[in-house]
Amino acid sequence: MMPDGVHRHGDHLLDGGLDQAVVNALARTWSDPPSWTGALSAINHKTVSRRFMVTTFVFFLLAGLFALAIRLQLARPDNHLFDPDLYNQLFTMHGTAMMFLFAVPVMQAVALYLVPLMIGTRSVAFPRMNAYAYWVFLFGGLLLFGAFAVGSGPNTGWFSYVPLSGPDYSPGKGVDIWAQMITFTELSSLLVAIVLITTILKMRAPGMTLSRMPLFVWATLVTQFMVLFAMPAVMFGSTALILDRLVGTHFYNPANGGDVLLWQHVFWFFGHPEVYLIFIPPLGFISSIIATFTGRPIFGYPAMVMALIVTAFLAFGLWVHHMFATNIPELGKSFFTAASLMIAIPSGIQIFCWLATLCTGRIVLRTPMYFVLAFFFILVLGGLTGVMLGSVSLDLQVHDTYFVVAHLHYVLLGGAVFPLFGAFFFWFPKFTGRMLNERLGLWQFWLFFVGFNVAFFPMHWLGLHGMPRRVWTYPAGMGWETMNFVATIGAFTIGLSVLLFLINVVLAYRHLPGAPSDPWNADGLEWTIPSPPPPHNFDRLPVVRSRSPAWEENTSATAIGGLAADAREVLITSAVEAKPDLRVLFPTSSIWPFISAVATTVLFIGSIYTPWAVVWGSIPVSIAVAVWFWPDKNDTQTALSLERHP
Amino acid sequence: MSAESKDQATLPDEATTVLDVRHLPTFAFGPRSIMWWSTMGLILIESTVFAISIVSYFYLRSVASAWPINAAQPDLLWGTVNTGIMVLSLLPNQLAKNASERKDRQACAIWMTACLLCAIAFLVVRGFEFATLRVNWDTNAYGSIVWLLLGLHTTHLITDALDSAVLAALLFVGPFEPKRFVDVNESGMYWYFVVIAWIPIYGTIYWAPRL
Repeated sequence: MMPDGVHRHGDHLLDGGLDQAVVNALARTWSDPPSWTGALSAINHKTVSRRFMVTTFVFFLLAGLFALAIRLQLARPDNHLFDPDLYNQLFTMHGTAMMFLFAVPVMQAVALYLVPLMIGTRSVAFPRMNAYAYWVFLFGGLLLFGAFAVGSGPNTGWFSYVPLSGPDYSPGKGVDIWAQMITFTELSSLLVAIVLITTILKMRAPGMTLSRMPLFVWATLVTQFMVLFAMPAVMFGSTALILDRLVGTHFYNPANGGDVLLWQHVFWFFGHPEVYLIFIPPLGFISSIIATFTGRPIFGYPAMVMALIVTAFLAFGLWVHHMFATNIPELGKSFFTAASLMIAIPSGIQIFCWLATLCTGRIVLRTPMYFVLAFFFILVLGGLTGVMLGSVSLDLQVHDTYFVVAHLHYVLLGGAVFPLFGAFFFWFPKFTGRMLNERLGLWQFWLFFVGFNVAFFPMHWLGLHGMPRRVWTYPAGMGWETMNFVATIGAFTIGLSVLLFLINVVLAYRHLPGAPSDPWNADGLEWTIPSPPPPHNFDRLPVVRSRSPAWEENTSATAIGGLAADAREVLITSAVEAKPDLRVLFPTSSIWPFISAVATTVLFIGSIYTPWAVVWGSIPVSIAVAVWFWPDKNDTQTALSLERHP
Repeated sequence: MSAESKDQATLPDEATTVLDVRHLPTFAFGPRSIMWWSTMGLILIESTVFAISIVSYFYLRSVASAWPINAAQPDLLWGTVNTGIMVLSLLPNQLAKNASERKDRQACAIWMTACLLCAIAFLVVRGFEFATLRVNWDTNAYGSIVWLLLGLHTTHLITDALDSAVLAALLFVGPFEPKRFVDVNESGMYWYFVVIAWIPIYGTIYWAPRL
């Protein structure tokens, strides 16, 4: 029996009613503790995600500054603005930070905020592990930038091919730090993948069957499974690299039975799926944004989901197309050409489903929509050059030229960064309770769009005219001057556009929060709760009956009640049908994930200097993790008082 | 699932129906528990690492003119003895798992301790194994990859031993609640993984050079 009012279970206050005492208790229960130790102990998924997003965005800005430095160096021939070694560090830092510290983690960071809101729950699974993953990521990023700041940044490119990155050709600590940064970020990414998979499969609101899950959540789920299979390859590769460099193993040393192509295989077995780790989550952003600004659900939902899954599978069969210029068998190359072309099929299906949605809906043009429409334009161009590069004969001609640089920026910026900025505009009110300025947003968009094409379109031409990538400078009279100068102007236009975004954010923060819960008339559950959401997300957990719960007439017609409001109780549902199954007590805030991350950092960084750090460094890690796991007496009491056996 | 059979009061509350979930259990075994999903995630990740390492072994072998490269074949004795100990350890592991499903704390504690003793035994024998590989990690690529394979598996043995030690201690002295039975259960599943993953690694390290 749950009539309106306050309900108790033993000493516990229960949720389900809208009584102020219950709502207050929920907010208190799910808040992060105050003070600075509290800040280090915070595990609320919104807090961790906000930190994650801000950290990745700061890395994005820094990596963007490196890009501007690169463009300054190339703006005119025979330029000596930076010396060659610093230039090598600049493009290595730019690529490494953009790929490992921004593009992949930012997608996970956004998902950590949105997924629980979209599926109607109060937390992510394993919130302490999630906090640990964030700290490990932060320390890995600081290690890389710290090393650059003291002059020992890596300088072998973002994929650090051996033998260049091996002990003979890259003495010094730069590559070791690069390889350990990989270990940090991949560890973090793998843990977040487990967090998100479990959250999505076990914590959806009752009624949100797999076939009602928002497309963004599908995209996130598919991506996290890819993380599980792709990241271990690069961890293996970078571990073998650092072992070659530090303890004299010979994995990549042909003089002693090793093989340099082994690196390329393991790196691209990760590296190609990685492109899709970056590209698939934005497909989810786009679906949310298009549905909202056309006022109708996405056309062909089952086809969209199938396309996501097929893309994920095919993504693992493409890695060799990065290696067409090596001595692998010709038959193998043909297979990978076929697989590379095949991926156009699921991508095409998605594009046509969105076009059908746009054609049959009533389009409202707001800033997020502009970014999405630009996605279509830019990604199609990047996709076409991708199909060209998938052909072995053409690839051999333009391998390692600016044509490839143009292609990858069209795919990554068009496929990921444009939709990501669209997503920031779209969900900014939900994250912060504040609206971004629409006019500034449009200025930012047009500067970005024009600047992007001015910067990168000439690079196709430069590549076809033989300009090699990563070249430090070039002599006058090669015919490359004008295009390089144009590209530099484009790059600074992008910089200006990003600056406008920062100004927009600062201006938004000068106002008091006042964004409505649903400023766009959108369809997802996240728009049924206040902006920003309270610590517990939902006063009353929803029950879902359709794919567009916020557009249903009677969204609040059914709710969940009976979970403790004064303890972190979470509803666990079945994986496919999302039927209520368990109520599980989640952990309270703890500083031990932070301490464990510090201990892990000591181990990882120590191991760059002495292999013995792996031995002595693992002792504090083990102790910290054991203390983290060891149950608190009070928490155990709470658990016992709520307990019910199956 | 089981929730369906429970009596769920659905009564009107002004315009809203409230689905009461207070009767749901607070823990369960297997895929119903989120611990199962995290353990499976870990197993998937680590299986991929093992698979990539084994594929790299055969890749390096495929580019070598002779295998093992300038080294004797590894001695079979200690590796085989250790395989035997690991397979035998599945017995106390299964008994601990059974005890957890019966929610028998004392039996769990006893069998977890037995598992821990097995873990110490195979860690000691693992020391002898490294000595009988008859090649060093810095001799050549063959030495590097067999040390990596054996080292990788050894880290799993160490983490499994630590995990068992902490759980056993918790079962004896800790503040206890029944959901720890789920932890014991999942730790048992992970143990199966560590032992089963060893079989192809054992075959690769000790038998592949003899083929």
